[in-house]
Amino acid sequence: MNYRFDWAVLWTGQSGQWLLSGLITTLELSACAWLLAVVLGIVSGALRTMPFRPLRALATFYVEFFRNVPLLVWMFFWYFGVPPILPAAVQEWLFGHGLEFWAAVCALGVYSGARFSEVLRSGIQSIPRTQLEASVASGLSVAQAYRYVILPIALRLIIPPATSESLNLLKNSSVALTISVAELTFQTRQIETYTAKAIEALTAGTVIYLVLCVSLASVMAWVERRTAIPGLIVGGRRRA
Amino acid sequence: MTFDFSVIWRNLDFLLLQGFLGFGNFVGGTLRLAIPSIVLGFILGIFIGLGRLSSRVWLRVPATLYVEFFRGVPLVMVIFWIWFIIPILLKTKIPEFGVALTAFVIFEAAYLAEIVRAGVQSVPRGQVEAATAVGLSSAQTMRYVVLPQALKNMIPSLVTQFIVLFKDTSLASIIGFMDLTKAAQVVNNREIRPFELYLFIAVVYWMCTYSMSRYARSLEKRLGPA
Repeated sequence: MNYRFDWAVLWTGQSGQWLLSGLITTLELSACAWLLAVVLGIVSGALRTMPFRPLRALATFYVEFFRNVPLLVWMFFWYFGVPPILPAAVQEWLFGHGLEFWAAVCALGVYSGARFSEVLRSGIQSIPRTQLEASVASGLSVAQAYRYVILPIALRLIIPPATSESLNLLKNSSVALTISVAELTFQTRQIETYTAKAIEALTAGTVIYLVLCVSLASVMAWVERRTAIPGLIVGGRRRA
Repeated sequence: MTFDFSVIWRNLDFLLLQGFLGFGNFVGGTLRLAIPSIVLGFILGIFIGLGRLSSRVWLRVPATLYVEFFRGVPLVMVIFWIWFIIPILLKTKIPEFGVALTAFVIFEAAYLAEIVRAGVQSVPRGQVEAATAVGLSSAQTMRYVVLPQALKNMIPSLVTQFIVLFKDTSLASIIGFMDLTKAAQVVNNREIRPFELYLFIAVVYWMCTYSMSRYARSLEKRLGPA
């Protein structure tokens, strides 16, 4: 192996600036998509528990269809497939306001929303029905039971799976490079193209992703410990 | 804008034979990549998963680092790593199939290792103690007592992981591997019918993954908790 390492390519020229702007785009894309995913996850998760069959079927269709198709296909679908069937005025606006970014937000958000929906559903289902019955029996209204008993437990229960889904979303945002969103992986490739230093460029991108994922995971683990209810299995981490 | 779904009918053989199965003039095929990837990834995953459970530090630490590293990095990044680093290491180019297969095996092994670990841990401790008491060595205990039972517990998770891998193979199209997604791109470049084509391959992917996930669910019910 006669590869000449030249780590200086990462801080000379425009590389640093590219990496920083890539990081910011990755975070922006992930944040927008995350919001969309959470809203869609909550709405579809709630619809799936409704006593009205067509609404349930609609929500089930959404979840099963969108999470079972590769994200890359959704990227192409939202970027190439959807704009031509929109009204001309909307197309005009989109082309002027970063179409690829919003297509990526839709693709990532709608895809992850279907996965969040499953996380929420299994979180709520894992709370025994007797909790609700006991709350109502002790004199709370159903709304109060949800507000003070069910939701506080459910939210704590879903912290670990929701964290891992959020990290998946962050990592999946790299797929947006295929529709030329200038996010972190895209910028890593750009540095490689300009400097022909593949290993250095990829190392920089990889380290940034690792730092992002590890720090997010440890923050959420801290939140989980802080909010744990003593004595409940929700308390999560058993001390080894 | 009018829809013209006949574009799918006209290109059906290219999309399915070339893109999905991998028969044709190009090296490609979603299934031709997914099946060897899961098999080889599982074999590597067994070693790494057992490494994580080992009592020897020099096995446990590298295995843990491997799993944590690859679970913290996007697959796209791993594909690019393999794509760039193999020509540097081997001083020769290898075809896209080799690049994609290597990347998927290395990446999926990290996830499969976790499944193996959970499977092995699900075997009751008494089984190991009984096997040791009967006089089996620790390797024999693993080979004849623990792994067969663990494997049964792993099956539903393995099917689920295969679904994930199956969807992930679409990313091989980034480096030019002619899978279903790439085939749709190629057809689209000629026909300019993105909505119809991408919707069609979405449905094809969906039919495969959904039927597999139903199968996983029924397996889970039938095999039950051990």
